[in-house]
Amino acid sequence: MLTLRCPCCGVLADETELAPGGTAHLRREGPEASDEAFEAYMFLRDNPRGVHFERWRHAFGCGKWFHAARCTVTNEVFGTYPAQTAAPPEEVLEAIRRRRPEWER
Amino acid sequence: MSTRLGTGGSAIDRSRPVHFTFDGRRLAGLTGDTVASALLANGERVVGRSFKYHRPRGIVASGPEEPNALLGIGTGDRFEPNARATTTPLREGMALRSQNRWPSLAFDVGVVNAALSRFLPVGFYYKTFMWPRRFWESVYEPLIRQAAGLGRAPDAETRDPDRYEHFHLHVDVLVAGGGIAGLQSALAAGRAGAQVLLMEQSPHWGGRAQVDGVRIEGDPAAEWVARAVAELEAMPNVRLRLNATVVGAYDHGWMLAVEMPEPGPRERLWKIRARRTVMATGALERPLAFAGNDRPGVMLASAVRDNLMRYAVSPGDRTVLVTANDDGYRTAIALVEAGLSVPLVVDARPECNGPLPRRAREMGIRVAPGRAIAGVRWQRRITGVDVCLQAGEGSALEHVPCDAVAMAGGWSPAVHLWSHCGGRLRWDEATAAFRPDPQFPPTGADGQAAILPAGSADGHSRAVEVLASAHRAGVAGAAAAAHEGDAGQVVTAEEGAEAPALAVWRMPQSADHRLRAQTFLDFQNDVKLTDVELAAQEGYRSVEHAKRYTTLGMATDQGKLSNINGLAALSHTTGQAISAVGTTTFRPPYTPLTLATIAGQARGDLFQPVRRTPLHARHEALGAAWEPVGQWRRPYVYPKAGETVEDAVRREVLAVRSEVGILDATTLGKIIVKGPDAAQFLDMIYTGRPSTIAEGRCRYGLICNENGFLIDDGVVARLGPETWLCHTTTGGAERIHAHMEEWLQTEWWDWRVHVLNVTEQFGQIAVAGPLARNLLERLGGMDLSREALPFMHWTEGRLMDVPVRVFRISFSGELSFEIAAPAGRAGEIWDRLAQDATPYGTETMHVLRAEKGYIMIGDETDGTVIPQDLGLNWAIAKKKDDYIGKRGQMRLHMAGERWRLVGLLTPDGAVLPEGSLAVAQGTNANGQRRTQGRVTSAYWSPTLGRGIALGLVDRGPERMGETLSFLQPDGSEYRAEIVSPVFHDPEGERLNA
Repeated sequence: MLTLRCPCCGVLADETELAPGGTAHLRREGPEASDEAFEAYMFLRDNPRGVHFERWRHAFGCGKWFHAARCTVTNEVFGTYPAQTAAPPEEVLEAIRRRRPEWER
Repeated sequence: MSTRLGTGGSAIDRSRPVHFTFDGRRLAGLTGDTVASALLANGERVVGRSFKYHRPRGIVASGPEEPNALLGIGTGDRFEPNARATTTPLREGMALRSQNRWPSLAFDVGVVNAALSRFLPVGFYYKTFMWPRRFWESVYEPLIRQAAGLGRAPDAETRDPDRYEHFHLHVDVLVAGGGIAGLQSALAAGRAGAQVLLMEQSPHWGGRAQVDGVRIEGDPAAEWVARAVAELEAMPNVRLRLNATVVGAYDHGWMLAVEMPEPGPRERLWKIRARRTVMATGALERPLAFAGNDRPGVMLASAVRDNLMRYAVSPGDRTVLVTANDDGYRTAIALVEAGLSVPLVVDARPECNGPLPRRAREMGIRVAPGRAIAGVRWQRRITGVDVCLQAGEGSALEHVPCDAVAMAGGWSPAVHLWSHCGGRLRWDEATAAFRPDPQFPPTGADGQAAILPAGSADGHSRAVEVLASAHRAGVAGAAAAAHEGDAGQVVTAEEGAEAPALAVWRMPQSADHRLRAQTFLDFQNDVKLTDVELAAQEGYRSVEHAKRYTTLGMATDQGKLSNINGLAALSHTTGQAISAVGTTTFRPPYTPLTLATIAGQARGDLFQPVRRTPLHARHEALGAAWEPVGQWRRPYVYPKAGETVEDAVRREVLAVRSEVGILDATTLGKIIVKGPDAAQFLDMIYTGRPSTIAEGRCRYGLICNENGFLIDDGVVARLGPETWLCHTTTGGAERIHAHMEEWLQTEWWDWRVHVLNVTEQFGQIAVAGPLARNLLERLGGMDLSREALPFMHWTEGRLMDVPVRVFRISFSGELSFEIAAPAGRAGEIWDRLAQDATPYGTETMHVLRAEKGYIMIGDETDGTVIPQDLGLNWAIAKKKDDYIGKRGQMRLHMAGERWRLVGLLTPDGAVLPEGSLAVAQGTNANGQRRTQGRVTSAYWSPTLGRGIALGLVDRGPERMGETLSFLQPDGSEYRAEIVSPVFHDPEGERLNA
């Protein structure tokens, strides 16, 4: 059972307090999108062996969404950060590079 | 005969006898006994029958690894099957029952399986029950179900009267195991300043060191243990628990433990978040693989020693020791020191001249090097063993009379916790054991090793190494939590030196088939050496496959004893090294958990929270039948004395259609959406345009997901310039609130909108029927005339001096109002209305809405239905640039030939079974009959006096008047005509009254 620190309220939350929300940093595709772009947005996800950016909601806590960078192999958590961003912050990327020098976005 | 000796026994109190029964016979043990030691003390060596062959079996081990001694304990409400005798403390008045035997332990009918064993080979089920196929359900499955399982499940009608509880705890260091390694780790971590929890599965601290004669810091181990426990008890940052087993390791240092507190609840489940766990779980002794090794009276050498030293119980008068290492000699020496006879030590090693064998010889014990057991002679008890050369095929050289056998096959580190969460193991040739691989530990959230192995669990066998590794682990655990205080010194220890052990995987080396077919690897699942060989021959060369095919290690003991011997047998047969064969994955829990422990206090009234509306007590007083809707309890119908449910629904429906009824609508979700950008936000959330609702007006709205599928519906009211109130379905309140929050927080976080779920702040009452307005006007305080409050308007005011909002909306097709009052005051209004109106429940509400063709989320929708399927195009703002679901609905397959909403009428008025499928011509690619529609809702309509149904039918609205065939599972057929879904008042005159 994972623990993640909620960047909004600061609580180190147990997984039972959290609701998962899948891959982070997706760009919404609206009515103008091509079939291919809409399919990719709705259904196509990477399933990386290693670093993964994902969405979580502190559902039974402060209620806020946030993002986590986690290793899917070891469950190592490189960092969590607020959901109000289109890309991971630099300090999280640095933390990942420190622990996974071979990793590339 | 096993018996109690006149002196000795560190764990027992001879002044306090304990009385119990075993299969009805009255026996006595002593305070401090385990069930197993008490049975042995009474000469009870046969305690159960084996799973497959029903062979008599006795106690083998002295800990949680015990495979045979599983008993039914207690009676009635407190009966518990499959309790391990070796870990269950004896209690006054205990009633013990042996298992898996019929009619009695001594004479068992199932033993015929043993005679048939040649015809019950490994994989028997798979081979035999494949054909004939139709025999499976009628013959094989009932037979297997009857024969399967060890103990009998408790009577389903009984209720466990005991209390079980869950504990939650965060610690810096959890130490699993209270032997000398665990104590030393806890001392080091505790002195350094860490918060420590130390758990020991048995009722004793100190583990095996005291039984094995280890000396620490110059004193007998027991004295050091007492000092260590005293120091730990004095530390405020250290918690100690006996009778507590750490059973599982999970992600991010989440650990499970089970405690049998004394006194306290029957069992306590600990949910521990530990920054580091020290795995000081010790090691398990392996049995040796020789013919007849499953006979009652053959025990692990360590278990013989435990019983002797702790409980003063001897396994027999004459015990033959069979060993491949020096450690086993400790048992022979202890037996002779206790005045018992050890006629022979059978040692597989050609040379055995270490200090312990030398000492044994000096005591007059005869040692036979390079020898093995060729067979155990048995006449309802062990009468002797045949001894042969280890290097040979098993020709007996001599017969040695004895009544017990102690076997010492070497030690396997108890690495289960390490493996539970992904730690890898490495095969160590030197110790012939799988040890934790420090290169691949289970890791925590920080990417560092979460579990630190210590002592014999890490493969150390000498006390001095055990203590040193434990000290290191304790220091490292504390340091991980930034506690770096003085951890004290590594303690010194001394014990007799040991000569190298020999890895012996079968006895004798080239045992013939007859011997191998009597050599058991897994005692609980009756897996023999020949079974593993046959599996390998049949191609099950992977350890995971062989395990499942033979069921080796799949019993309740999870192969604690059988695992390594099974791997070695597979390795031998397939010609691969053990390191190449690898091991199966250990999974939690380490020892079985009872279901009651997992449930804890979450049962009965505490099983889950129940949500009650402010009117709940009134419904109860009216004798409501309840319907659970999510966690809410809603009145389903209010049957009066002598009424059936059907009668009551009919009465309630007719009351609403002809007079007036009242419904508790509190559970409908109420979400306030407010802010400068609320209008554009709602226009994205809903398919329509809530932004254009005028203040004081209401409008029906639909919410879809990004896929375009309908997920909720409800009436939206505009409360003010920047404020809307969104009603959701009962089940949708939390879900839709979360849906709105998700889009606001993760997509449109710069929009200035607040979303608030106020569902529980209001009590809401629907007042429906031709007399509704008349009744409300009699309450006084508000003008609710048609002119003042037209359909789909709302207003604010005071009814009976209670502040309310009144919504002129309808889910019944009748003139209808919904009154929202502060939750605490809704009862006043309900009480007044109930004097003149008929309360109706959710079933009546469903009939009313179906008569009117109104859809119900979850009935007419199933997650694949778009609003257009339901004829709700009018609720979609087609010219709007965007809304959630718009792009999804633009996909090709969202138009054209789809199943769409229609009404369905049977010619004779019968009610169509809900869920029935309308069949079409031909079959699909799987040879199944094609379908062209299904019934989504069906009721008896009291208003129309006949059955009505709503359904989704392929191009349904274009096919009015066609008749469909609905085939039933029993082969019968219903026919129904496609009609309009609105059965009642299609013009809406009553609605707009």
